Amino acid sequence: MISLETKLPGLHLKNPIMPASGCFGFGREFSELYDLNKLGAVVIKAATQDPRYGNQTPRVAETAAGMLNAIGLQNPGVETICTDELPFLSQFKTPVIANVAGSTIEEYASVAKRLDESGLIQALELNISCPNVKEGGIQFGKDPVLAAEVTAQVKRTVAVPVYVKLSPNTADIVQMAKAVEGAGADGLSMINTLTGMQIDLSSKKPLLANQTGGLSGPAIKPIAIRMIYEVRQHSGLPIIGMGGISTAEDVLEFLLAGANAVAVGTANIHDPFACVNIINRLPQLLEKYGFQNMEEAVGGGIRNEANISGS
Amino acid sequence: MMQTELTVLENNKIAEETVEMKLGINNANPATDIGNFTPGQFLHVKVGESDTALLRRPISIADIDGNGNITIIFKISGRGTDMLSKRTSGSRVNALLPCGTGYPVDNLKLDTALLVGGGIGVPPLYYLGKTLAGSGTRIISILGFQKAEHVFYKEKFAELGESIIVTDDGSYGEKGLVTDCLSKMDIDFDCFFSCGPTPMLRAVTNKLSGRPGYISVEQRMGCGIGACYACVVPVKGETGFKKICKDGPVFAANEVSL
Repeated sequence: MISLETKLPGLHLKNPIMPASGCFGFGREFSELYDLNKLGAVVIKAATQDPRYGNQTPRVAETAAGMLNAIGLQNPGVETICTDELPFLSQFKTPVIANVAGSTIEEYASVAKRLDESGLIQALELNISCPNVKEGGIQFGKDPVLAAEVTAQVKRTVAVPVYVKLSPNTADIVQMAKAVEGAGADGLSMINTLTGMQIDLSSKKPLLANQTGGLSGPAIKPIAIRMIYEVRQHSGLPIIGMGGISTAEDVLEFLLAGANAVAVGTANIHDPFACVNIINRLPQLLEKYGFQNMEEAVGGGIRNEANISGS
Repeated sequence: MMQTELTVLENNKIAEETVEMKLGINNANPATDIGNFTPGQFLHVKVGESDTALLRRPISIADIDGNGNITIIFKISGRGTDMLSKRTSGSRVNALLPCGTGYPVDNLKLDTALLVGGGIGVPPLYYLGKTLAGSGTRIISILGFQKAEHVFYKEKFAELGESIIVTDDGSYGEKGLVTDCLSKMDIDFDCFFSCGPTPMLRAVTNKLSGRPGYISVEQRMGCGIGACYACVVPVKGETGFKKICKDGPVFAANEVSL
Protein backbone atom coordinates (compact mmCIF):
# COMPACT_ATOMS: atom_id res chain seq x y z
CA MET A 1 0.00 0.00 0.00
CA ILE A 2 1.21 3.50 -0.80
CA SER A 3 2.65 5.27 2.23
CA LEU A 4 0.92 8.51 3.12
CA GLU A 5 3.81 9.71 5.28
CA THR A 6 4.39 13.40 4.72
CA LYS A 7 7.22 15.62 5.92
CA LEU A 8 6.71 19.35 6.28
CA PRO A 9 8.82 21.85 8.21
CA GLY A 10 8.55 20.84 11.86
CA LEU A 11 5.97 18.18 11.11
CA HIS A 12 6.37 14.50 10.50
CA LEU A 13 2.89 13.39 9.51
CA LYS A 14 1.57 9.82 9.26
CA ASN A 15 -0.63 11.09 6.49
CA PRO A 16 -1.35 14.47 4.92
CA ILE A 17 -4.87 14.78 6.38
CA MET A 18 -5.72 17.08 9.27
CA PRO A 19 -8.94 18.67 10.47
CA ALA A 20 -9.02 22.40 9.76
CA SER A 21 -9.00 24.95 12.53
CA GLY A 22 -12.42 25.84 13.87
CA CYS A 23 -14.21 22.70 12.70
CA PHE A 24 -12.71 20.41 15.31
CA GLY A 25 -12.67 22.42 18.55
CA PHE A 26 -9.75 21.16 20.61
CA GLY A 27 -10.34 17.55 19.60
CA ARG A 28 -12.21 16.33 22.68
CA GLU A 29 -15.58 15.71 21.01
CA PHE A 30 -14.08 13.90 18.04
CA SER A 31 -11.88 11.78 20.33
CA GLU A 32 -15.11 10.22 21.58
CA LEU A 33 -15.90 9.13 18.02
CA TYR A 34 -12.51 7.86 16.81
CA ASP A 35 -8.85 7.55 17.73
CA LEU A 36 -7.14 10.87 17.01
CA ASN A 37 -3.89 8.94 16.41
CA LYS A 38 -5.32 8.21 12.96
CA LEU A 39 -4.97 11.85 11.91
CA GLY A 40 -1.94 13.38 10.24
CA ALA A 41 -2.19 16.35 12.60
CA VAL A 42 -4.76 18.27 14.60
CA VAL A 43 -5.25 21.99 14.01
CA ILE A 44 -6.89 23.54 17.05
CA LYS A 45 -9.44 26.31 17.14
CA ALA A 46 -7.95 29.81 17.04
CA ALA A 47 -6.31 31.06 20.22
CA THR A 48 -6.39 34.71 21.25
CA GLN A 49 -4.73 36.42 24.21
CA ASP A 50 -7.92 36.84 26.24
CA PRO A 51 -11.05 34.68 26.23
CA ARG A 52 -13.44 35.57 23.43
CA TYR A 53 -17.13 34.89 23.73
CA GLY A 54 -17.86 35.08 20.02
CA ASN A 55 -20.74 36.51 18.04
CA GLN A 56 -24.45 36.44 18.75
CA THR A 57 -26.58 33.72 17.11
CA PRO A 58 -27.49 32.65 14.47
CA ARG A 59 -23.90 31.82 13.66
CA VAL A 60 -24.42 29.39 10.77
CA ALA A 61 -26.54 29.16 7.65
CA GLU A 62 -26.72 26.53 4.94
CA THR A 63 -25.99 27.60 1.37
CA ALA A 64 -25.85 25.82 -1.98
CA ALA A 65 -23.08 23.21 -1.55
CA GLY A 66 -21.78 24.93 1.52
CA MET A 67 -22.41 26.98 4.60
CA LEU A 68 -21.78 30.38 6.09
CA ASN A 69 -20.37 30.73 9.56
CA ALA A 70 -19.67 33.65 11.84
CA ILE A 71 -18.62 32.11 15.14
CA GLY A 72 -16.41 35.05 16.04
CA LEU A 73 -13.29 33.27 17.33
CA GLN A 74 -14.95 32.03 20.52
CA ASN A 75 -12.15 30.51 22.60
CA PRO A 76 -11.13 30.39 26.25
CA GLY A 77 -7.92 32.39 25.72
CA VAL A 78 -4.37 31.16 25.22
CA GLU A 79 -3.63 30.51 28.89
CA THR A 80 -6.56 28.13 29.37
CA ILE A 81 -5.80 26.48 26.05
CA CYS A 82 -2.24 25.79 27.22
CA THR A 83 -3.27 24.49 30.63
CA ASP A 84 -6.56 22.68 29.86
CA GLU A 85 -6.75 21.79 26.18
CA LEU A 86 -3.24 21.07 24.88
CA PRO A 87 -2.37 18.57 27.66
CA PHE A 88 -5.41 16.54 26.57
CA LEU A 89 -4.15 16.43 22.98
CA SER A 90 -0.63 15.50 24.06
CA GLN A 91 -1.82 11.97 24.89
CA PHE A 92 -2.04 11.30 21.16
CA LYS A 93 0.93 10.67 18.88
CA THR A 94 -0.41 13.29 16.51
CA PRO A 95 1.29 16.65 15.94
CA VAL A 96 -0.68 19.69 17.04
CA ILE A 97 -0.79 22.87 15.00
CA ALA A 98 -2.04 25.86 16.97
CA ASN A 99 -4.03 28.49 15.12
CA VAL A 100 -3.26 32.01 16.36
CA ALA A 101 -5.47 35.07 15.93
CA GLY A 102 -5.04 38.60 17.16
CA SER A 103 -5.85 42.22 16.62
CA THR A 104 -2.34 43.63 16.89
CA ILE A 105 1.12 42.38 15.94
CA GLU A 106 1.96 42.33 19.65
CA GLU A 107 -1.02 40.08 20.40
CA TYR A 108 -0.05 37.63 17.67
CA ALA A 109 3.51 37.51 19.00
CA SER A 110 2.44 37.14 22.61
CA VAL A 111 -0.08 34.35 21.91
CA ALA A 112 2.42 32.58 19.66
CA LYS A 113 5.12 32.82 22.35
CA ARG A 114 2.86 31.32 25.03
CA LEU A 115 1.90 28.42 22.76
CA ASP A 116 5.50 27.81 21.75
CA GLU A 117 6.65 27.84 25.39
CA SER A 118 4.00 25.28 26.32
CA GLY A 119 6.07 22.70 24.46
CA LEU A 120 2.80 21.05 23.48
CA ILE A 121 2.55 22.19 19.86
CA GLN A 122 4.64 21.35 16.84
CA ALA A 123 3.74 24.28 14.59
CA LEU A 124 1.76 27.49 14.45
CA GLU A 125 -0.81 28.58 11.92
CA LEU A 126 -1.11 32.36 11.79
CA ASN A 127 -4.73 33.22 11.20
CA ILE A 128 -4.49 36.50 9.32
CA SER A 129 -7.72 35.75 7.56
CA CYS A 130 -10.69 35.39 9.91
CA PRO A 131 -13.44 37.37 8.20
CA ASN A 132 -15.85 37.25 11.15
CA VAL A 133 -14.50 39.67 13.71
CA LYS A 134 -13.50 43.28 13.12
CA GLU A 135 -10.24 42.80 14.95
CA GLY A 136 -9.68 39.19 13.92
CA GLY A 137 -6.69 39.67 11.76
CA ILE A 138 -8.30 40.04 8.35
CA GLN A 139 -6.64 43.46 7.97
CA PHE A 140 -3.30 41.62 8.07
CA GLY A 141 -4.61 39.20 5.47
CA LYS A 142 -5.43 41.89 2.93
CA ASP A 143 -2.29 43.99 3.16
CA PRO A 144 0.99 42.34 2.11
CA VAL A 145 3.07 44.81 4.15
CA LEU A 146 1.15 44.10 7.37
CA ALA A 147 1.14 40.36 6.62
CA ALA A 148 4.92 40.40 6.27
CA GLU A 149 5.33 42.41 9.48
CA VAL A 150 3.22 40.08 11.60
CA THR A 151 4.93 37.03 10.11
CA ALA A 152 8.40 38.43 10.75
CA GLN A 153 7.54 39.41 14.31
CA VAL A 154 6.11 35.97 15.16
CA LYS A 155 9.09 34.27 13.49
CA ARG A 156 11.44 36.30 15.70
CA THR A 157 9.46 35.22 18.79
CA VAL A 158 9.00 31.46 18.40
CA ALA A 159 11.06 28.37 17.67
CA VAL A 160 8.37 26.23 16.04
CA PRO A 161 7.68 26.57 12.32
CA VAL A 162 5.10 29.14 11.28
CA TYR A 163 2.48 28.50 8.62
CA VAL A 164 0.56 31.56 7.50
CA LYS A 165 -3.11 31.04 6.68
CA LEU A 166 -4.00 33.14 3.67
CA SER A 167 -7.33 34.76 2.97
CA PRO A 168 -9.02 34.41 -0.41
CA ASN A 169 -10.60 37.81 0.25
CA THR A 170 -7.75 39.58 -1.48
CA ALA A 171 -7.11 40.85 -4.95
CA ASP A 172 -3.77 39.11 -5.42
CA ILE A 173 -3.14 35.89 -3.48
CA VAL A 174 0.30 35.41 -5.07
CA GLN A 175 1.45 38.78 -3.78
CA MET A 176 0.32 37.82 -0.27
CA ALA A 177 2.13 34.48 -0.47
CA LYS A 178 5.33 36.12 -1.65
CA ALA A 179 5.10 38.74 1.10
CA VAL A 180 4.91 36.21 3.93
CA GLU A 181 7.51 33.98 2.29
CA GLY A 182 9.86 36.94 2.19
CA ALA A 183 9.16 37.57 5.87
CA GLY A 184 10.31 34.06 6.79
CA ALA A 185 7.13 31.96 6.82
CA ASP A 186 7.88 28.23 6.89
CA GLY A 187 4.71 27.31 5.05
CA LEU A 188 1.33 28.47 3.83
CA SER A 189 -2.13 27.24 4.59
CA MET A 190 -4.85 28.21 2.21
CA ILE A 191 -7.59 29.12 1.83
CA ASN A 192 -9.70 30.53 4.64
CA THR A 193 -13.40 31.18 4.01
CA LEU A 194 -14.81 33.72 1.56
CA THR A 195 -16.95 36.49 2.96
CA GLY A 196 -20.62 36.03 2.11
CA MET A 197 -24.13 36.92 3.21
CA GLN A 198 -27.59 35.39 3.21
CA ILE A 199 -30.78 37.38 3.64
CA ASP A 200 -33.72 35.79 5.42
CA LEU A 201 -36.94 36.35 3.48
CA SER A 202 -39.18 36.35 6.57
CA SER A 203 -37.25 38.93 8.57
CA LYS A 204 -35.93 40.62 5.39
CA LYS A 205 -32.59 41.00 7.15
CA PRO A 206 -29.24 39.21 7.02
CA LEU A 207 -29.74 35.78 8.55
CA LEU A 208 -26.50 35.71 10.50
CA ALA A 209 -26.34 37.91 13.59
CA ASN A 210 -22.93 39.09 12.38
CA GLN A 211 -24.58 39.91 9.01
CA THR A 212 -21.67 38.50 7.00
CA GLY A 213 -20.05 35.11 7.42
CA GLY A 214 -17.35 32.93 5.95
CA LEU A 215 -18.44 30.69 3.10
CA SER A 216 -17.01 27.17 3.19
CA GLY A 217 -17.78 23.73 1.82
CA PRO A 218 -17.70 22.20 -1.68
CA ALA A 219 -18.87 25.52 -3.17
CA ILE A 220 -15.45 27.11 -2.62
CA LYS A 221 -13.28 24.20 -3.74
CA PRO A 222 -12.59 25.48 -7.28
CA ILE A 223 -11.43 28.81 -5.85
CA ALA A 224 -9.06 27.08 -3.44
CA ILE A 225 -7.68 24.88 -6.22
CA ARG A 226 -7.11 27.87 -8.46
CA MET A 227 -5.39 29.88 -5.74
CA ILE A 228 -3.10 27.00 -4.71
CA TYR A 229 -2.28 26.35 -8.37
CA GLU A 230 -1.30 30.00 -8.81
CA VAL A 231 0.70 30.27 -5.61
CA ARG A 232 2.54 26.99 -6.25
CA GLN A 233 3.99 28.45 -9.41
CA HIS A 234 5.48 31.40 -7.54
CA SER A 235 6.42 30.03 -4.16
CA GLY A 236 8.55 27.16 -2.94
CA LEU A 237 6.86 27.07 0.45
CA PRO A 238 4.98 23.94 1.46
CA ILE A 239 1.22 24.43 1.24
CA ILE A 240 -1.45 22.96 3.49
CA GLY A 241 -4.44 23.15 1.17
CA MET A 242 -8.05 23.49 2.25
CA GLY A 243 -11.40 24.67 0.99
CA GLY A 244 -14.31 22.31 0.46
CA ILE A 245 -12.49 18.98 0.75
CA SER A 246 -14.87 16.15 1.53
CA THR A 247 -13.51 13.12 -0.37
CA ALA A 248 -10.19 11.43 -1.18
CA GLU A 249 -10.71 12.59 -4.77
CA ASP A 250 -10.79 16.17 -3.54
CA VAL A 251 -7.50 15.57 -1.70
CA LEU A 252 -5.83 14.28 -4.85
CA GLU A 253 -7.05 17.34 -6.72
CA PHE A 254 -5.45 19.58 -4.07
CA LEU A 255 -2.19 17.62 -4.26
CA LEU A 256 -2.16 17.95 -8.04
CA ALA A 257 -2.72 21.69 -7.72
CA GLY A 258 0.37 21.89 -5.54
CA ALA A 259 -0.68 21.31 -1.94
CA ASN A 260 1.69 19.17 0.16
CA ALA A 261 -0.91 18.30 2.78
CA VAL A 262 -4.57 19.18 3.28
CA ALA A 263 -6.99 20.24 5.97
CA VAL A 264 -10.59 19.07 6.05
CA GLY A 265 -12.99 21.56 7.60
CA THR A 266 -16.68 21.81 6.88
CA ALA A 267 -16.89 18.14 5.86
CA ASN A 268 -16.47 17.22 9.56
CA ILE A 269 -19.75 18.98 10.24
CA HIS A 270 -21.56 16.99 7.59
CA ASP A 271 -19.85 13.73 8.53
CA PRO A 272 -17.73 13.58 11.70
CA PHE A 273 -15.82 10.63 10.25
CA ALA A 274 -14.82 12.54 7.10
CA CYS A 275 -11.08 12.68 7.91
CA VAL A 276 -10.84 8.99 8.76
CA ASN A 277 -12.78 7.95 5.67
CA ILE A 278 -10.47 10.03 3.48
CA ILE A 279 -7.33 8.61 5.14
CA ASN A 280 -8.58 5.07 4.61
CA ARG A 281 -9.42 5.65 0.98
CA LEU A 282 -6.48 7.80 -0.21
CA PRO A 283 -3.86 5.04 -0.80
CA GLN A 284 -6.18 3.11 -3.13
CA LEU A 285 -7.09 6.27 -4.95
CA LEU A 286 -3.44 7.24 -5.53
CA GLU A 287 -2.86 3.75 -6.84
CA LYS A 288 -5.89 3.93 -9.09
CA TYR A 289 -4.49 7.04 -10.76
CA GLY A 290 -1.06 5.49 -11.20
CA PHE A 291 0.97 7.17 -8.47
CA GLN A 292 3.78 5.26 -6.74
CA ASN A 293 3.91 7.71 -3.83
CA MET A 294 2.48 10.94 -2.48
CA GLU A 295 5.31 13.15 -3.76
CA GLU A 296 4.55 12.26 -7.36
CA ALA A 297 1.11 13.73 -7.00
CA VAL A 298 2.13 17.04 -5.42
CA GLY A 299 2.05 19.72 -8.06
CA GLY A 300 1.54 17.08 -10.73
CA GLY A 301 -1.31 19.01 -12.24
CA ILE A 302 0.70 22.09 -13.02
CA ARG A 303 1.41 22.43 -16.72
CA ASN A 304 4.79 24.17 -16.45
CA GLU A 305 6.60 21.91 -14.01
CA ALA A 306 9.85 23.81 -14.33
CA ASN A 307 8.46 26.41 -11.97
CA ILE A 308 7.88 24.04 -9.09
CA SER A 309 10.53 24.22 -6.47
CA GLY A 310 8.71 22.80 -3.45
CA SER A 311 7.33 19.34 -2.84
CA MET B 1 -22.83 8.81 20.82
CA MET B 2 -22.71 6.91 17.57
CA GLN B 3 -23.24 7.52 13.89
CA THR B 4 -25.55 4.95 12.43
CA GLU B 5 -27.81 4.13 9.51
CA LEU B 6 -31.37 3.91 10.75
CA THR B 7 -34.08 2.17 8.78
CA VAL B 8 -37.35 3.99 8.14
CA LEU B 9 -40.10 1.73 9.46
CA GLU B 10 -43.01 4.11 9.09
CA ASN B 11 -43.56 7.54 7.55
CA ASN B 12 -46.89 9.09 8.50
CA LYS B 13 -48.25 12.54 7.84
CA ILE B 14 -49.89 13.37 11.17
CA ALA B 15 -50.79 17.02 10.61
CA GLU B 16 -50.31 19.74 8.03
CA GLU B 17 -46.64 19.73 6.98
CA THR B 18 -45.90 17.46 9.93
CA VAL B 19 -44.29 14.04 9.57
CA GLU B 20 -44.00 11.27 12.13
CA MET B 21 -41.21 8.87 11.24
CA LYS B 22 -40.46 5.64 13.05
CA LEU B 23 -36.82 4.56 12.77
CA GLY B 24 -35.17 1.27 13.63
CA ILE B 25 -31.57 0.99 14.75
CA ASN B 26 -29.71 -1.77 12.96
CA ASN B 27 -27.13 -3.84 14.80
CA ALA B 28 -27.78 -2.11 18.08
CA ASN B 29 -28.50 -3.66 21.41
CA PRO B 30 -31.73 -1.97 22.58
CA ALA B 31 -30.94 -2.61 26.24
CA THR B 32 -27.49 -1.03 26.26
CA ASP B 33 -27.65 1.44 23.40
CA ILE B 34 -31.19 2.76 23.56
CA GLY B 35 -31.50 2.30 27.32
CA ASN B 36 -29.27 5.31 27.93
CA PHE B 37 -31.25 7.72 25.75
CA THR B 38 -33.03 10.38 27.79
CA PRO B 39 -36.04 12.50 26.85
CA GLY B 40 -34.91 15.82 25.42
CA GLN B 41 -31.98 14.34 23.52
CA PHE B 42 -31.99 14.56 19.76
CA LEU B 43 -30.87 12.89 16.54
CA HIS B 44 -28.59 14.88 14.24
CA VAL B 45 -29.92 13.74 10.91
CA LYS B 46 -28.05 13.83 7.61
CA VAL B 47 -30.80 14.78 5.18
CA GLY B 48 -28.68 15.06 2.05
CA GLU B 49 -25.13 15.15 0.74
CA SER B 50 -22.63 17.96 1.27
CA ASP B 51 -23.57 19.50 -2.07
CA THR B 52 -27.33 19.28 -1.52
CA ALA B 53 -27.90 19.79 2.22
CA LEU B 54 -24.62 20.14 4.04
CA LEU B 55 -25.89 20.78 7.54
CA ARG B 56 -27.50 18.00 9.52
CA ARG B 57 -30.93 18.67 11.04
CA PRO B 58 -31.36 18.28 14.79
CA ILE B 59 -34.64 16.45 15.48
CA SER B 60 -35.72 15.52 18.98
CA ILE B 61 -36.73 12.06 20.07
CA ALA B 62 -40.53 11.95 20.30
CA ASP B 63 -40.76 8.39 21.56
CA ILE B 64 -38.90 5.10 21.92
CA ASP B 65 -40.97 1.95 21.93
CA GLY B 66 -40.36 -1.36 23.69
CA ASN B 67 -38.42 -2.70 20.70
CA GLY B 68 -36.01 0.23 20.73
CA ASN B 69 -37.53 1.89 17.68
CA ILE B 70 -37.26 5.66 17.72
CA THR B 71 -40.03 8.04 16.66
CA ILE B 72 -39.19 11.51 15.41
CA ILE B 73 -41.67 14.19 14.42
CA PHE B 74 -40.66 17.11 12.25
CA LYS B 75 -42.24 19.92 10.33
CA ILE B 76 -41.48 20.37 6.65
CA SER B 77 -40.09 23.86 6.91
CA GLY B 78 -37.52 23.95 4.14
CA ARG B 79 -35.63 21.96 1.55
CA GLY B 80 -33.82 19.72 4.03
CA THR B 81 -36.87 18.58 5.96
CA ASP B 82 -38.72 18.21 2.67
CA MET B 83 -35.98 15.84 1.45
CA LEU B 84 -36.21 13.87 4.70
CA SER B 85 -40.01 13.66 4.51
CA LYS B 86 -39.71 11.74 1.24
CA ARG B 87 -37.83 8.80 2.78
CA THR B 88 -40.21 5.92 2.55
CA SER B 89 -40.42 2.73 4.53
CA GLY B 90 -37.26 0.64 4.14
CA SER B 91 -34.95 3.49 3.21
CA ARG B 92 -31.98 4.50 5.33
CA VAL B 93 -31.40 7.63 7.39
CA ASN B 94 -27.93 8.49 8.68
CA ALA B 95 -27.95 10.05 12.12
CA LEU B 96 -25.71 10.87 15.05
CA LEU B 97 -27.40 9.76 18.23
CA PRO B 98 -28.16 10.34 20.97
CA CYS B 99 -27.03 13.98 20.94
CA GLY B 100 -27.11 16.53 23.73
CA THR B 101 -28.17 16.52 27.33
CA GLY B 102 -31.82 15.77 27.99
CA TYR B 103 -34.19 16.33 30.89
CA PRO B 104 -32.74 15.03 34.18
CA VAL B 105 -35.57 12.53 34.63
CA ASP B 106 -33.61 10.15 36.83
CA ASN B 107 -32.91 12.83 39.43
CA LEU B 108 -36.46 14.13 39.67
CA LYS B 109 -39.04 12.81 42.10
CA LEU B 110 -42.20 14.65 41.15
CA ASP B 111 -45.84 14.43 42.11
CA THR B 112 -47.00 16.60 39.23
CA ALA B 113 -45.20 17.73 36.11
CA LEU B 114 -46.48 20.52 33.87
CA LEU B 115 -45.55 20.17 30.20
CA VAL B 116 -45.81 23.29 28.04
CA GLY B 117 -45.17 22.75 24.35
CA GLY B 118 -45.52 24.83 21.23
CA GLY B 119 -45.71 23.51 17.65
CA ILE B 120 -42.76 21.38 16.73
CA GLY B 121 -41.54 21.72 20.34
CA VAL B 122 -44.30 19.32 21.39
CA PRO B 123 -42.65 16.00 20.32
CA PRO B 124 -39.86 15.72 22.96
CA LEU B 125 -42.44 16.44 25.66
CA TYR B 126 -44.30 13.29 24.70
CA TYR B 127 -41.32 11.03 25.41
CA LEU B 128 -40.66 13.01 28.58
CA GLY B 129 -44.29 12.77 29.72
CA LYS B 130 -44.41 9.07 28.97
CA THR B 131 -41.21 8.47 30.94
CA LEU B 132 -42.36 10.55 33.92
CA ALA B 133 -45.83 8.99 33.91
CA GLY B 134 -44.15 5.59 33.92
CA SER B 135 -42.55 6.44 37.25
CA GLY B 136 -45.84 7.59 38.75
CA THR B 137 -45.75 11.32 38.07
CA ARG B 138 -49.06 13.03 37.32
CA ILE B 139 -48.87 14.80 33.96
CA ILE B 140 -50.62 18.00 32.95
CA SER B 141 -49.90 19.26 29.46
CA ILE B 142 -50.66 22.51 27.69
CA LEU B 143 -49.91 22.30 23.99
CA GLY B 144 -50.08 25.22 21.61
CA PHE B 145 -50.46 25.07 17.84
CA GLN B 146 -51.14 27.70 15.19
CA LYS B 147 -54.40 26.18 13.99
CA ALA B 148 -56.46 23.00 14.03
CA GLU B 149 -54.68 21.54 10.99
CA HIS B 150 -51.37 21.59 12.90
CA VAL B 151 -52.58 19.74 15.98
CA PHE B 152 -51.06 16.31 16.57
CA TYR B 153 -50.71 13.76 19.39
CA LYS B 154 -53.76 15.10 21.26
CA GLU B 155 -54.94 11.55 22.10
CA LYS B 156 -51.47 10.43 23.11
CA PHE B 157 -51.07 13.31 25.56
CA ALA B 158 -54.61 12.71 26.83
CA GLU B 159 -53.55 9.16 27.72
CA LEU B 160 -50.76 10.59 29.92
CA GLY B 161 -53.05 12.86 31.93
CA GLU B 162 -54.90 16.13 31.74
CA SER B 163 -54.20 17.76 28.40
CA ILE B 164 -55.22 21.17 27.10
CA ILE B 165 -54.86 22.17 23.46
CA VAL B 166 -54.56 25.84 22.53
CA THR B 167 -54.58 27.30 19.03
CA ASP B 168 -53.64 30.82 17.99
CA ASP B 169 -56.86 31.26 16.03
CA GLY B 170 -59.13 29.17 18.25
CA SER B 171 -59.82 26.69 15.47
CA TYR B 172 -59.18 23.86 17.93
CA GLY B 173 -59.38 23.83 21.72
CA GLU B 174 -58.84 27.08 23.59
CA LYS B 175 -58.07 30.26 21.64
CA GLY B 176 -54.86 32.12 22.38
CA LEU B 177 -51.36 31.29 23.54
CA VAL B 178 -50.12 28.72 26.02
CA THR B 179 -49.27 31.56 28.42
CA ASP B 180 -52.91 32.78 28.32
CA CYS B 181 -53.82 29.33 29.53
CA LEU B 182 -51.21 29.50 32.30
CA SER B 183 -52.72 32.83 33.44
CA LYS B 184 -56.28 31.56 33.49
CA MET B 185 -55.64 28.31 35.28
CA ASP B 186 -54.45 27.73 38.77
CA ILE B 187 -52.25 24.72 38.19
CA ASP B 188 -50.50 22.97 41.01
CA PHE B 189 -47.24 21.41 39.89
CA ASP B 190 -43.72 20.66 41.17
CA CYS B 191 -41.76 21.33 38.03
CA PHE B 192 -42.49 22.59 34.52
CA PHE B 193 -40.94 21.43 31.28
CA SER B 194 -41.18 23.53 28.14
CA CYS B 195 -40.14 23.23 24.53
CA GLY B 196 -41.10 25.43 21.61
CA PRO B 197 -40.14 28.55 19.69
CA THR B 198 -37.90 31.00 21.57
CA PRO B 199 -40.59 33.72 22.00
CA MET B 200 -42.85 31.12 23.61
CA LEU B 201 -40.06 29.88 25.91
CA ARG B 202 -39.34 33.48 26.90
CA ALA B 203 -43.01 34.08 27.72
CA VAL B 204 -43.35 30.80 29.62
CA THR B 205 -40.22 31.32 31.73
CA ASN B 206 -41.29 34.88 32.51
CA LYS B 207 -44.74 33.74 33.50
CA LEU B 208 -43.41 30.90 35.66
CA SER B 209 -40.35 32.74 36.90
CA GLY B 210 -39.24 31.48 40.28
CA ARG B 211 -40.79 28.06 39.72
CA PRO B 212 -38.51 25.07 39.12
CA GLY B 213 -38.47 24.17 35.48
CA TYR B 214 -36.53 23.04 32.44
CA ILE B 215 -36.61 24.37 28.90
CA SER B 216 -35.35 22.94 25.64
CA VAL B 217 -33.73 25.57 23.45
CA GLU B 218 -33.40 25.57 19.67
CA GLN B 219 -30.88 27.28 17.41
CA ARG B 220 -29.31 26.80 13.99
CA MET B 221 -26.81 24.05 14.56
CA GLY B 222 -23.53 22.95 13.02
CA CYS B 223 -21.71 19.78 14.06
CA GLY B 224 -24.16 18.75 16.80
CA ILE B 225 -21.37 17.37 18.99
CA GLY B 226 -19.99 20.52 20.62
CA ALA B 227 -16.98 21.12 18.40
CA CYS B 228 -17.94 24.02 16.14
CA TYR B 229 -19.46 26.53 18.60
CA ALA B 230 -22.29 27.44 16.20
CA CYS B 231 -25.29 26.86 18.45
CA VAL B 232 -24.77 28.69 21.70
CA VAL B 233 -27.01 30.42 24.21
CA PRO B 234 -25.93 33.14 26.65
CA VAL B 235 -25.62 32.11 30.27
CA LYS B 236 -27.87 34.16 32.55
CA GLY B 237 -26.06 36.56 34.86
CA GLU B 238 -22.55 36.11 33.51
CA THR B 239 -20.57 36.62 30.33
CA GLY B 240 -20.34 33.53 28.23
CA PHE B 241 -22.22 30.92 26.31
CA LYS B 242 -23.35 27.34 26.76
CA LYS B 243 -23.35 24.94 23.82
CA ILE B 244 -26.92 23.99 22.95
CA CYS B 245 -25.95 20.75 21.22
CA LYS B 246 -23.76 19.49 24.06
CA ASP B 247 -24.65 21.23 27.34
CA GLY B 248 -28.29 21.43 26.18
CA PRO B 249 -30.67 21.50 24.43
CA VAL B 250 -32.28 21.19 27.87
CA PHE B 251 -31.34 23.79 30.46
CA ALA B 252 -32.73 24.74 33.83
CA ALA B 253 -35.21 27.57 33.17
CA ASN B 254 -33.09 30.14 35.04
CA GLU B 255 -29.76 29.01 33.58
CA VAL B 256 -29.77 30.72 30.17
CA SER B 257 -30.85 34.03 28.65
CA LEU B 258 -33.33 33.74 25.82
